[in-house]
Amino acid sequence: MGTMPAGRPQTADPEDGITPVPGLPPTAVDETVREAEERKWTPGKIALWAAIALLGGVAWFMLAIIRGETVNAIWFVFASVCTYLIGYRFYSKVIERYITRPNDRRATPAEYKADGKDYVRTDRNVLFGHHFAAIAGAGPLVGPVIAAQMGYLPGTIWIIIGVVLAGAVQDYLVLFFSMRRGGRSLGQMAREELGVIGGTAALIATLLIMIIIVAILALVVVNALGESPWGVFSVGMTIPIALFMGVYLRYLRPGKVMEVSIIGFVLLMAAIIGGGAVAGTEWGAAFFHLDKVTIAWGLIIYGFIAAILPVWLLLAPRDYLSTFMKIGVIVMLALAIIVVRPEITVPAFSEFASRDNGPVFSGAVFPFLFVTIACGALSGFHALISSGTTPKLIEKERQTRLIGYGGMLMESFVAIMALVAAISIDRGIYFAMNAPTALTGGTVETAAQWVNSLGLAGVNITPDVLAQTAKDVGEQSIISRSGGAPTLAVGLAHIMQQFIGGTAMMAFWYHFAIMFEALFILTAVDAGTRVARFMLQDSIGNFVPKFKDHSWRPGAWLTTAVMVLAWGAVLLMGVTDPLGGINTLFPLFGIANQLLAAIALAVVLAIVAKRGTFKYLWIVALPLAFAAVVTITASFYKIFSPVPAVGYFAQNAAFAKALADGKTSFGTAKTTAAMEAVVRNTMIQGWLSVIFVVLSIIVIITAVIAAVKAYRNAAKGIANVEYEDPAQPSRVFAPAGVFPTPAERELQAEWDKLPADRRLEHSARH
Amino acid sequence: MNALLTGLRGFAGFFSGVLGADAYRKYLEHHRDSGHAGPPLTEREFWRDHTDRQDTNPQGRCC
Repeated sequence: MGTMPAGRPQTADPEDGITPVPGLPPTAVDETVREAEERKWTPGKIALWAAIALLGGVAWFMLAIIRGETVNAIWFVFASVCTYLIGYRFYSKVIERYITRPNDRRATPAEYKADGKDYVRTDRNVLFGHHFAAIAGAGPLVGPVIAAQMGYLPGTIWIIIGVVLAGAVQDYLVLFFSMRRGGRSLGQMAREELGVIGGTAALIATLLIMIIIVAILALVVVNALGESPWGVFSVGMTIPIALFMGVYLRYLRPGKVMEVSIIGFVLLMAAIIGGGAVAGTEWGAAFFHLDKVTIAWGLIIYGFIAAILPVWLLLAPRDYLSTFMKIGVIVMLALAIIVVRPEITVPAFSEFASRDNGPVFSGAVFPFLFVTIACGALSGFHALISSGTTPKLIEKERQTRLIGYGGMLMESFVAIMALVAAISIDRGIYFAMNAPTALTGGTVETAAQWVNSLGLAGVNITPDVLAQTAKDVGEQSIISRSGGAPTLAVGLAHIMQQFIGGTAMMAFWYHFAIMFEALFILTAVDAGTRVARFMLQDSIGNFVPKFKDHSWRPGAWLTTAVMVLAWGAVLLMGVTDPLGGINTLFPLFGIANQLLAAIALAVVLAIVAKRGTFKYLWIVALPLAFAAVVTITASFYKIFSPVPAVGYFAQNAAFAKALADGKTSFGTAKTTAAMEAVVRNTMIQGWLSVIFVVLSIIVIITAVIAAVKAYRNAAKGIANVEYEDPAQPSRVFAPAGVFPTPAERELQAEWDKLPADRRLEHSARH
Repeated sequence: MNALLTGLRGFAGFFSGVLGADAYRKYLEHHRDSGHAGPPLTEREFWRDHTDRQDTNPQGRCC
């Protein structure tokens, strides 16, 4: 058991045609040994998995079946973690065995393209953290909060089941196939696999989707900072802090990343504490009290400058800060939820679960819940990360399962924690915070009156409670602070103060949460603008070759300005929208994100079919079909629904008619100008929906055609065109999972015995 | 006590890897292993090049 067969052949293997490098131990655990190890069920192993399954089952039972007054938050942790473990151990293994079929005898791009800079073999556990930090941001923190309108159960089921069957599958497969192609981007893969039409549609869709995503993330920040002097001050301070860190790293102490991150973190904490003091002074409150439109313009100008400044000055240092905060905050939140174990009073299904006119977002559970929660369950944006940096850092092919599938499970867990934080606060406060001003009226009295008039079970809120909550978190008001971030911040402050500090610390924790969400989003805005600018430059470059030169300043500035104006226009539209920007635009964010997922899955479908895997094609087809049905249905509702709250064009027609009838106020729009704004906004939003859905349908159709063609070719015995990089023998070994298996340990020992110089000699590449 | 220190050191190493703080060390390893004739970039040069290359090769950050 576990021994390596002696006298290994040094000729090409008939299976994969790879000739191992002579004089080295095997670079992969022997197939039969690994197989035997995996298939052997010891009593301990059986007991362990039975316990996990049992605990998960009990937790799901507590969440879904038991109808008590309250449910303890710990069941969310158990239900999710146990389901993730089972999904990881069993479902992702099926994907590995039948679809990806990794081969550790084969070198990864980090090995055969090694340059010490972009292509660097990275320890699997470190890369897991690195990949997670790149994919997880504000998205999983915001969507679940908004979706909590429906009650906790629909969101919980979608986040947990969705990630196992869809989100993690997409991330894993895109990562694996990009790795096999030397780290090629999703756009390049689409072009190769789907041809010119499908590839071009995918490229345009990606560009538009990035604009929408950046705009709506920016809208979340604006909503969180509007009329919040404390928030504006502390988030604003991140800019000088990042600049200082940039200069420190460039000129004072190059390469001392850990050191400067700690300094930056201390400064950040000082900025949060200082923000409270500044907002407490008269001049501070006056100076940093900005309305949303001003903040939006500030963000647009900032976005342009940040995207043309050199990376070392602002983006790179803030990225360190953001990563530092990300890992820290998530570990801390998990600990707090486990220690505090808040009781949840929100019902499994709320009164709005069966209606389509909820105040936080409109539309029925299907399909709108599934687009409201994108990140955390299925996020197409990840395909851009999984096909960029990460595949160039993977050490061994088998590790893609841990990093791709496992990394996404981790993000899903973040989404669950955000959901728990959001539902741990009183439901009355939740609705007062998340409904647009048009409904709440903007004051504590009107908001309390409106919330109580909703007739929600167990909800009876007084103006005093709303005023007191605002006071506790150090804000002037918490009414209509939509966008998810403030609600999450209140929930987090509520949990954290029971963990550390008590009520006196609530204001700190609230602004701490706002700070890290803003930090993640600003980094995403910067990076998104830059990536989009390069995509635009390359596209224009096909017609005007000069634009392909990325260092040509006028071209870079012009394309950056175009991108910033594009997302800036959508942002301003959301900020000034009389209907409440988040409420109308957030569905567009989810639809865009999941259409990107559909595009990525469509590309993967074509690749898997071309590899001749037809029996298990359903593993890709299932999430693709689901994402396609959800997003296309949601788009159709947004385009064709006669209900004004749901359909953009219906809303448009209603307001246009009111204007034509000579009315000066209609619904929530109190002036003619506001009514005209609604007409304009809904027209733009409607056409954006049309463009997205048309482009995505083109991509999906071309992918299905490619898959069918591959099937016919296979039936006729014609080889499909393969775009993988040629296989090269690996010269290194590393275990696949977090913990090495006995066979891996044994093989590792063999490698460790190898004299250092022999190992080095054989990894010589130049 | 020693085990605690090792654990802490391990975590610090992991964390700096996640941040990308060990990029220069890895570059040096690569440089040595690949048998380059010339001397490697200095730490200052390396980090300068590291961020400057990101200017023309932006990396996405997700939502």
